[in-house]
Amino acid sequence: MGQQFLLPDLLNEVPIGIAVLDIEGRVKLVNRAWQTITGADPESMQDLKCYLGLRCDYCFKGCPVMADKADFQTVSIDADIIDRTRAKVPIRLNISPIVSSDNVISGYIETIQDIRQVAELSSSASKAYSLGGLIGTSPEMVKIFSMVPSIAGTDSSVLITGETGTGKDVLAEAIHNASDRAGAPFIKVNCGALPETLLESELFGHVKGAFTGANEDRPGRIKLAHNGSFFLTEIGDLPLPLQVKLLSFLDDKVIHPLGSSRGFNADVRVIVATHRDLKKMVQEKTFRADLLFRLNVVHLHLPPLRERGDDILLLKNHFLMAYCDKFNKKIKGFSKKSAKILSAYRYPGNVRELSNIVEYAVNFCDRDLIGSSHLPAYLTEQDILRPVTESAHATQERMVPLEYSSAQNWDDAEKQMIMDTLLKCGGRKGEAAARLGWSRSTLWRKLKKHSING
Amino acid sequence: MSHKIMVALLNNEVAPRFDLATDVLLAKIKSNGEINERIIVLPQASADDLCALATSDHTDAVVCGGIDDEHYQYLKWKGIEVLDDVIGPVKKVIQAYKDEKLSCGDNFYKP
Repeated sequence: MGQQFLLPDLLNEVPIGIAVLDIEGRVKLVNRAWQTITGADPESMQDLKCYLGLRCDYCFKGCPVMADKADFQTVSIDADIIDRTRAKVPIRLNISPIVSSDNVISGYIETIQDIRQVAELSSSASKAYSLGGLIGTSPEMVKIFSMVPSIAGTDSSVLITGETGTGKDVLAEAIHNASDRAGAPFIKVNCGALPETLLESELFGHVKGAFTGANEDRPGRIKLAHNGSFFLTEIGDLPLPLQVKLLSFLDDKVIHPLGSSRGFNADVRVIVATHRDLKKMVQEKTFRADLLFRLNVVHLHLPPLRERGDDILLLKNHFLMAYCDKFNKKIKGFSKKSAKILSAYRYPGNVRELSNIVEYAVNFCDRDLIGSSHLPAYLTEQDILRPVTESAHATQERMVPLEYSSAQNWDDAEKQMIMDTLLKCGGRKGEAAARLGWSRSTLWRKLKKHSING
Repeated sequence: MSHKIMVALLNNEVAPRFDLATDVLLAKIKSNGEINERIIVLPQASADDLCALATSDHTDAVVCGGIDDEHYQYLKWKGIEVLDDVIGPVKKVIQAYKDEKLSCGDNFYKP
């Protein structure tokens, strides 16, 4: 070829995580995909033993490098790691010795692949009426399932809308997995989760010294998604200045890290999602019209669960089987009364809420059938099958209505649900989080979001 | 006031995986700066057992490398501070905790 190529730059283009280790198993070089899968900062991993960076269970279960074996063939094994977001990620691990011309081992090559999707596919039961985790037989869902393969075949931006809990994230990942980019990273960023200054650096990266505290170069999430898909959820929360920067990226596909004059050509497919009405936001001038046009190339809308008819039944049984497997329980189904309650409920939290309800019920059920007593209290304390009747004595009930009317938006309903649960738990946040099926940190974030003090 | 700290161990350094650690160091740092240390060896690696040990011992903080979110949240819920993603020799880590300079993500091998 007559040209010199730099090895690290070449390795960065490979969509498989690669680490080059020395003879003692110390990290000499890692590529971008390795960094994406583990979440580790490559600079701080330099010259450290591999197990400190990879955090893989195989390190302690016979890894020949850790065991200091002088001679071994390539090892290929399914294992798991704990990444920097504290997620346990199943991986396919390969370790090969690097043998010099005089047949002496001079180091090792380690490759890792995220096999979460494969693991999910092999473990899930029926795949009928489903697509990458989305399940349904309603005409709206079948239409979406039929559209995904052709959408995945293109590189157009996709806008996914739908209420909270309808499965926007799952659909985005399904599109990525059905596309040619499936082997490359799928990077997700929640625009509502970070303050504006951090978000810019998180998306576009920064160079050392760009601002106070920028002690080292950071590649940014868009760069990490190179060759893969980049998913921006809660796009409605993206601040206006960053909307301009995102628009500029969508136009020329070049990212400029904070403080850097050098651009990076990122080959990234952009998928965005929101539960907000972007058209209304454009009218209110809180969202740029040109960005909406740029993102709205393909628009998929996920219907709320209450409009999906028999899907409630299908999902209810699907989650029952899933949680029975997970918790090793033998529950045959739902009693007539509990099934009636579940069918009549309006699910402001959509599929996620139904999943949480079934998880709760499976946990508490000690019989063959899930009865109404096993359902979360907020479904049964006030009989949702009867019209709401005001009681002169039930002042507390009046303050905290247990039903969520269709006129309320999800934000109001969520706030109400949190306050209701906190009241029931006497203000104990740990217990409230458990009842809501959230982690404590999620509850804390939502309390901040809704400005609930206490 | 004395502080109790639990460090998941791999030999003489912080274990890279909380759920795979079979040795833990329980250190009691007294208000006069004196440190009492004891090492406990578990029959098998179990994150649940380590959590139970931390709660029954009224530990103030757990130090480890990687910990999965479920056990992290559980310990936080129990009011135990979790300092994870820590890399380094246990002596330096305990000294840093004593000096109130230990935080998540600290790497004591970094030059």
